[in-house]
Amino acid sequence: MLLRGVALLAGCFISGQLLGETLGRLLGIEANVGGVGFAMLFLILAQNELEKRNLFHVEMGEGIIFWSKMYIPIIVAISAIQNVRVAFTNGMLAVLAGIIPVIVCISLMPLLANKNQR
Amino acid sequence: MNYIETLLDKNGLMVAFLVTGLIMYASEGISSLVFRKKIPGSAIAIFAGLVLAYIAGVLTEGKNGIADLTGLSGFIQMGGPVFRDFAIVSTAMGASFAVIKKTGLIGIASLFLGVILSFVSGALLAFGFGITDAESLATIGAGACTFVVGPVTGTAVGASSDIIAISIGAGVIKSILVTIGTPLIAKYIGLDNPKSAMVFGGLMGTTSGTAAGLAATDPKLVPYGAMTATFYTGLGCLLCPSVLYFALKAITN
Repeated sequence: MLLRGVALLAGCFISGQLLGETLGRLLGIEANVGGVGFAMLFLILAQNELEKRNLFHVEMGEGIIFWSKMYIPIIVAISAIQNVRVAFTNGMLAVLAGIIPVIVCISLMPLLANKNQR
Repeated sequence: MNYIETLLDKNGLMVAFLVTGLIMYASEGISSLVFRKKIPGSAIAIFAGLVLAYIAGVLTEGKNGIADLTGLSGFIQMGGPVFRDFAIVSTAMGASFAVIKKTGLIGIASLFLGVILSFVSGALLAFGFGITDAESLATIGAGACTFVVGPVTGTAVGASSDIIAISIGAGVIKSILVTIGTPLIAKYIGLDNPKSAMVFGGLMGTTSGTAAGLAATDPKLVPYGAMTATFYTGLGCLLCPSVLYFALKAITN
């Protein structure tokens, strides 16, 4: 059961990457276009479909949840292998690119939330 | 002593798991002892990773951060594209179309607005810093979405490692800012009900920052904010290296 969950995840992963890679080729660029996004979409749809038919076992979910919990450690590993020494010369850009978009987005909050209540 | 180095390099992935675990354990400790959990351990761990990569870069003058240090080459595997993408895809589990549908168009609009506005303001900022190629602009714009969308976009469009590092840095700073800032501004932006929490998650996107920030505001709001935020990274990974990148490429040409 556990491996069925991992296999489902792997299946969604491969088909998403394949679609992203194919789309990239069709668009004429040497890049994977949204493969991760497609894979996520497949996983949500597959899970919804299996739950509807009562085929989504709890243990299957555990096989997937293990990997979703590995996501922060993996991001830690990614940040540890980046070329930070070179990025440091542009350090101010990273700080501002982290702050300004948040302010821009938050300024829209009252507008969207108000509309929501009406 | 030579055989120890060989052993560590041969089992590189396991060494990377161990060292990452130690980094995260230390970060959790710093989070609760120094910052009284106001800054989540995960944000500190990611920041620590960047600091270690910087120190390793200075020591070795290499391009691969701590993976250039003897015995730590396994970080290339653990931080490589396969593990990264696999783990990101798995976070989509539990996200339900039916529940997000209930917030109607506003929830979806906030997701698109959040991704597009962050991307555009991040890219504009990078342009202001003298960066002109579409690949780097898109990567930094994507980094302004989340620290996941940045490296995914950067790898997809072929941006350089230092630009990817900036995009991760931007995403981490965003996550820290949302974590600390959410409880402070909550009442000014009407963040006191599930619907506004979903809009907030859609606009901010950073799942760890949104979840931690909402927990400090009102724990009941966490699942709603986290739910839309879960979609954000997927949408960002879908839009940034494709539509938004092409739009940028058209403009820069």
